[in-house]
Amino acid sequence: MYGRGGEFEEEKVQKSVLEYLENALRLVPEKLLFTDDRTEWTYAEFAGRAKRIGSALARVMEGRTRQPVAVMSNRSVQPLAGFFGAVYSGNFYVPIDSRMPAERISLMLKTLGAKVLVAGEGDRRLLGQLDFDGKVCFLDELAQEPLDQPLLDRIAGRQTDTDPLYAIFTSGSTGVPKGVLVSHRSVIDLTDQFLREFAFDETSVFGNQAPFDFDVSVKDIYSALCCRGTMHVIPQVKFSFPVKLIEYLNEKKINTIIWAVSALRIIENLDGFSTREPETLRLIMFSGEVMPVKVLNYWRRHLPQVQYVNLYGPTEITCNCTFYKVDREFADDETLPIGRPFANCEVFLLNGDEAVEAGTGRLKDSKSEDGGCGNGEPGNNGYQDGEPGDGGLRNSESESNGESLESRGRESAQGEICVRGTCLALGYYNAPEKTAEAFCQNPLNQSYPERIYRTGDIGRYDAQGLLYFVSRKDAQIKHMGHRIELGEVEAAVNALPYIDAGICLYLDDRIVLCYQCGGACEKELLRDLGKKLPKYMLPTQCLWYGRLPLNKHGKIDRVLLRQELSGEG
Amino acid sequence: MKEKLMAILEELRPDVDFPAQTALIDDGVLDSFDIVSLVGELNDNFEIEINVEDLLPENFNSVEAMLALIEKMQSEN
Repeated sequence: MYGRGGEFEEEKVQKSVLEYLENALRLVPEKLLFTDDRTEWTYAEFAGRAKRIGSALARVMEGRTRQPVAVMSNRSVQPLAGFFGAVYSGNFYVPIDSRMPAERISLMLKTLGAKVLVAGEGDRRLLGQLDFDGKVCFLDELAQEPLDQPLLDRIAGRQTDTDPLYAIFTSGSTGVPKGVLVSHRSVIDLTDQFLREFAFDETSVFGNQAPFDFDVSVKDIYSALCCRGTMHVIPQVKFSFPVKLIEYLNEKKINTIIWAVSALRIIENLDGFSTREPETLRLIMFSGEVMPVKVLNYWRRHLPQVQYVNLYGPTEITCNCTFYKVDREFADDETLPIGRPFANCEVFLLNGDEAVEAGTGRLKDSKSEDGGCGNGEPGNNGYQDGEPGDGGLRNSESESNGESLESRGRESAQGEICVRGTCLALGYYNAPEKTAEAFCQNPLNQSYPERIYRTGDIGRYDAQGLLYFVSRKDAQIKHMGHRIELGEVEAAVNALPYIDAGICLYLDDRIVLCYQCGGACEKELLRDLGKKLPKYMLPTQCLWYGRLPLNKHGKIDRVLLRQELSGEG
Repeated sequence: MKEKLMAILEELRPDVDFPAQTALIDDGVLDSFDIVSLVGELNDNFEIEINVEDLLPENFNSVEAMLALIEKMQSEN
C-alpha cells in the first residue's frame, strides 16, 4: 500500500490468492507443489503452466474479466492449472466434476451462462453429450501458448480482493444447482486463519482427499500454497483399500489431512489399521457431516499422538467458520462440539430474529416474530430431517417448524447458526432471489447494511460456550458428506414421464424414495436418475406405491409415510 | 455361490451390468462406499471375514475375482 519498492513493501495489502503462489515462487521455486499418480509439479512448473494458460484464456475472453470459466475437474493435478489459469486471466473458475451426468453439467453451464469451458483430452466423449454452445478449450493446448506477462500484469493491476475467485455448486431445492460465488478476500482470510490456528509451515505435506468441486479441497490447495508446503492428490481408488491408502500416506510422508468425515469413517468401517498404520500424520481435520465419536475414537486409539480438529461450516461462508481441537476423551455416545469461531468471524444463534445467548438458555428479549429471510423452504416442513445418526441431541423428536424451534430455543439455548464476517460468499451466481433469501440483513442491526448468512443448521451452546450442531432446519440433508436438497432428487424423479409422483425421506442415513406409477420399476428408475444426478444423490431405497397416501390438503402425506417407514405408525 | 453373489451385486448397484465388467475398481465403477457395503454383505452372506490384507483392488475388479476371493476365504476357515 506504500507503493512499489517502498520500505513497507512487505506489508502491502494482499489482493489475490495468486500472491501466495508468486511469493512461494520467489522462495522455493524447485520445491514440489502438487502431485498425482502421474504428474509432479514444482512451484515453478505449476506457475509457468498456469500463467501460460492464463495468458491464453485472457485472449479467449477478449478483455472480459470476473467471468466464469468452467473447468472440468477430476482426481489429478491437471484441473488445478486450469483453475489458476482462469484466475491469472482475471476471471473465476468453476470446478465441474467430469463424473457428473451430462445433463447436470449442462444445467450448471446454463446457470453460469458460461462462455468458456476448459477441459482435458479425456473429457472429449463427455463434451459431445453436453448442451453447451460456448467455446471449449483444452488444457494442453492452452498450456502451449506463449506467456504474455505484460497482459497478466495489466489484469492484476485492475483486480481487487472482492473479485470472485471461484464458484462451487451445491444442490438446490428447485432442481437447479446453486453456484456459490466466493471472493479472493474470503479465501485469503480463511487461509490466514488456518495458518495461524494450525501452524502450517514448509514441512506441511497435505494429502488431498476431497474432489475439487467440493470446497473441502479449497483448504488443501490454499493452505499448501500459503505455507509453501506440498499437496498430493490421493488417487480415488486408495480410499476403498486401506492397505493401499496407508502405504501411500507413508510413502509420501503425508502429515496433514483435511478430509470429509466419510473418508475417515471408511477406514473405521473396514478396520483399516488392523495390520498397518500411518506413520507420519500429525494433524487430522475433518468436516462435511457430524463425526461419529466411535469413528474418531478408532482413529485416536491407533494414532493417539495426532491433533484432531473438527471443522464446521457450509460452502456459503467459505469452508469453515468454527473449529474444535479435540482436547479431551469423548465417550462413543457423546457429541463432538463444533467449537468456536475463527478469529475474524462471528457465529451466533438466532431464533427467528432474536439472538440466543450462550450460557443463559434464554432469548435475549421476549418479542417473537419470525424473520422473513431464513433460507428454510416454506411448505417443506413436513419432511425436516437432520440428526445424522448421532446421539446426545435434545428434542430430536420435534417434527414441526418455527414454533417448536422457539420452544427448543428457550429450553436449551438452541437457534439457527448464523455467520457474519469476511468469510461470507458474494452470493449465488445468477440467482439474486436465492441470494437475498440466504444472505440477509442482520436482524440485530437496524443501523447500517450488514449481511449475515443463515446456515439453516440448528445449533446450541454448552455451559462452556462451545457450539454444537443439533440438526438441519429444512429439507436439506447431509448424505455421505454431500449436501443434498431432497427437493432436487424429487424434481428429477418427478420429471420422469412414467412416474406419477415421488417424494424422498431421509431415514437412518438413507435416502428413501416413495414413488407412484403403473408398476414397480426400480431398475429403470435408478438408471434414468443416474443420467441426471450424481451417484451420491441417488435414492438408497426405492419403494413402489400403487397410490401414495394424501393428507387432508390433498398433498402427499410425508408425515404419515415417515411414521410408517420408521416404524412409528 | 455365483447366484448369491450376483444377487448381492444387483441389489447394491442395479445400474451396473456386472457380468460384462472386468475393471470394476480400475474404471471406478465401484467406489469406496460400494466397497464398504459389499464387504459387509459378503462377510454376512458367505460367513467369511475379509480382512484388510485381502482388501485389494485386484480382488474386486470382476465377478470372477470376487468368487475366487470368497472361495479362498472359505477354504481358509
